[in-house]
Amino acid sequence: MSTGAPTASEIPRRALGTAKPPSAPADTYDFGSRLRANSEYVVIPAFALLMAALLFALFLLAIGKSPLDFIDYVWKGGFGTAFSFQNTLQRSSPLILTALAVAIPARIGLIMIGAEGALVLGGFAAAAIAVPMVGVVPPIITMPVMVLTALIVGGLWVGLAGYLKYARGVNETISSLLLTYIGIAIMNFFVEGVMRDASNPNKPSTKPIGEAYMIGNIPGTSVHWGFLVGVVVSIALYFLMTRTTFGFAARVTGGNFRAALAQGLPVGRLIVSCAMIAGACAGLAGYFEVAAIQGRANASLAAGYGFTGILVSFLARHNPIVIVPVAILFGGLVASGGLIQRRMGLPDATVLVLQGLIFIVLLVSETLYGRFAIFRPGDAKERT
Amino acid sequence: MRLLTVSRRSFLQTAAGGALGVAAGLGPMGRAFAADLTVGIVYVGARDDFGWNQAHAVAAEALKLVPGVKVVEEENVPETDACAKTMESMINLDGAGLILATSFGYYTPFVVDMAKKYPKVEFRHAAPLWNAEKDPKNAGSYFGYLNQAHFVNGVAAGASTTSNKIGFVAAKPISSVLSNINSVLLGARKTNPKATVQVIFTGDWSLPVREAEAANALVDAGCDVITCHVDSPKVVIETAEKRGVKTCGHNASQAPLAPKGFITGAEYKWSTIYKGYAADIADGKTVPNFTAGGYEADFVQNTPFGAGATEAAKAAATGAIADMKNKVPIYVGPLKDNKGNVVIDKTYGNLDPFLDKMNYLLEGVVGSIT
Repeated sequence: MSTGAPTASEIPRRALGTAKPPSAPADTYDFGSRLRANSEYVVIPAFALLMAALLFALFLLAIGKSPLDFIDYVWKGGFGTAFSFQNTLQRSSPLILTALAVAIPARIGLIMIGAEGALVLGGFAAAAIAVPMVGVVPPIITMPVMVLTALIVGGLWVGLAGYLKYARGVNETISSLLLTYIGIAIMNFFVEGVMRDASNPNKPSTKPIGEAYMIGNIPGTSVHWGFLVGVVVSIALYFLMTRTTFGFAARVTGGNFRAALAQGLPVGRLIVSCAMIAGACAGLAGYFEVAAIQGRANASLAAGYGFTGILVSFLARHNPIVIVPVAILFGGLVASGGLIQRRMGLPDATVLVLQGLIFIVLLVSETLYGRFAIFRPGDAKERT
Repeated sequence: MRLLTVSRRSFLQTAAGGALGVAAGLGPMGRAFAADLTVGIVYVGARDDFGWNQAHAVAAEALKLVPGVKVVEEENVPETDACAKTMESMINLDGAGLILATSFGYYTPFVVDMAKKYPKVEFRHAAPLWNAEKDPKNAGSYFGYLNQAHFVNGVAAGASTTSNKIGFVAAKPISSVLSNINSVLLGARKTNPKATVQVIFTGDWSLPVREAEAANALVDAGCDVITCHVDSPKVVIETAEKRGVKTCGHNASQAPLAPKGFITGAEYKWSTIYKGYAADIADGKTVPNFTAGGYEADFVQNTPFGAGATEAAKAAATGAIADMKNKVPIYVGPLKDNKGNVVIDKTYGNLDPFLDKMNYLLEGVVGSIT
């Protein structure tokens, strides 16, 4: 799986002396050839999706259901109507942010899967800081404070795993996963203890923050602001990771840790920063769960978005921009999952089977990169 | 050789045109009323969980037999905006006119919000949360007082135990769980004044490993009848059966899981409520906003006796069922909690709202809620 280290196709061809002599005419390095080179990253996943769909069709035929009905319902339930499409976008919102929480550390070579814990703690912290402010401090001040709290708490939580990696050599995958369980336990400890809303005896929650302190939907839609913020953050992080010295240094570190050290890059600071950015993204997702949906913090924050985000990030090859369409695809599958259950009488696990197939086929398709001359216009020319 | 020459501009133009074309194809889809009434039921877990969800799903089967009623169901819907979207999808794509939201956490804010957004659709939620003053008129609650059936469990368990210790595996120390534990104790005291109830809280609704550990720990501590209040009692009942002790069930029938030791179980009878709703709608009447009751309303029941039930237990439990139908109170005050404070000052009726706020374990229950 790609770690996001600079690859041959990412680095401008002019910079690679072996691929193209500097004296070559400029016209062969035009937009068309770059499109051809980059289209590999579209054609291969698209082919993989098609293969997954074919395998899934076989699965459906084996249990006596029609694959065409299935496609029809995925379309209707996920994309085909204004309601369905908004349903899809809403469901993709937390996935964009939690996928970014996996993608950014992946670019520096760390597989961190602790987004769930940072989401839960970020959301909980936002609610916890808002509750005493409700009715005292106006929303215009409280809301930014909530966002900031969620960013900081989420950032510190995953940042801790990053620090342990750098300072003590603790495996970041294990530590971030274990921190997730600790994070959920901390939230449960408070919402079932000192912060519990006594007027709600049957579902331990914090006190509600109230309508005025919630962020609501994008006007004219039933999609909350988390979607738009997720898209903006994706674009911002894409530029951070591909167009800045920070991003370049991070990717160099991800590509070769020892080389980065030898170059004098501040490896420790880079690792902890990437982990903190990841945690902040997940914390932000938690803020939206509280401020746009639940209106309070409780065990429903741990809904598994952090874990689905891992899948989304891997499918997007840890590319922040590609995360958005992949999250929408997943949102659509989940959104249409209900309709499929209802109309086809299939169990809920059906959509999980499809997700699993897509994941495996895409992983296998990784081996196809670089094998087709059609995506290598420059190479093809040199061979002839 | 250049196979493809595309300028950035023409590429963007083509892409934008394509996107517009796709967007134009999106539009609202007409509501399709395939039957007289479509009922949408939303479950938080699997429909065959041997527990809470199965109890609703069994009742939904009865609803499907009503002519003119079409049932659409969706399982494993979490208590997040996913449940709001599921309800909305049932309304927009299936034409549902009545939504039954069966998990506690669906109510605020999701059922309330959807009821405001879709005033022509009726929403009913399976917990006593609807507030006549604050909440929309097209929302409502239905609930069964399962503690009455747990009281019957207790009566049968008291008649069955020889160690005088009944074990209770509980999820979270919330009111409805505490009421079931206390009712088991008071029931057991009817047939066995020396009976105590030992309770272990696992901390969450579905923790199969902890549930098995708790059941084993209770058997090790000398309990010879085990019952529980967790989402799916399957693990607790199976573990107890393997250890050779008797069991009382919860939520749905677990009789098939314990062919030797099963005594009886506390079950909801949602079908009474669901069929009532269907009949009201067929008559053109409004579905009641608030429906709650226990044995007296036929909203709860006990599982038919299993092999673990002795004749004495059967007789005592049958008598207790008759008492419940006649509204004989369970909580006969004054009663102390297990720290010695008087918590129930006088006798309360079985549906009294005072009891809904229960936050204590009665004297005779071994365990702590903190």
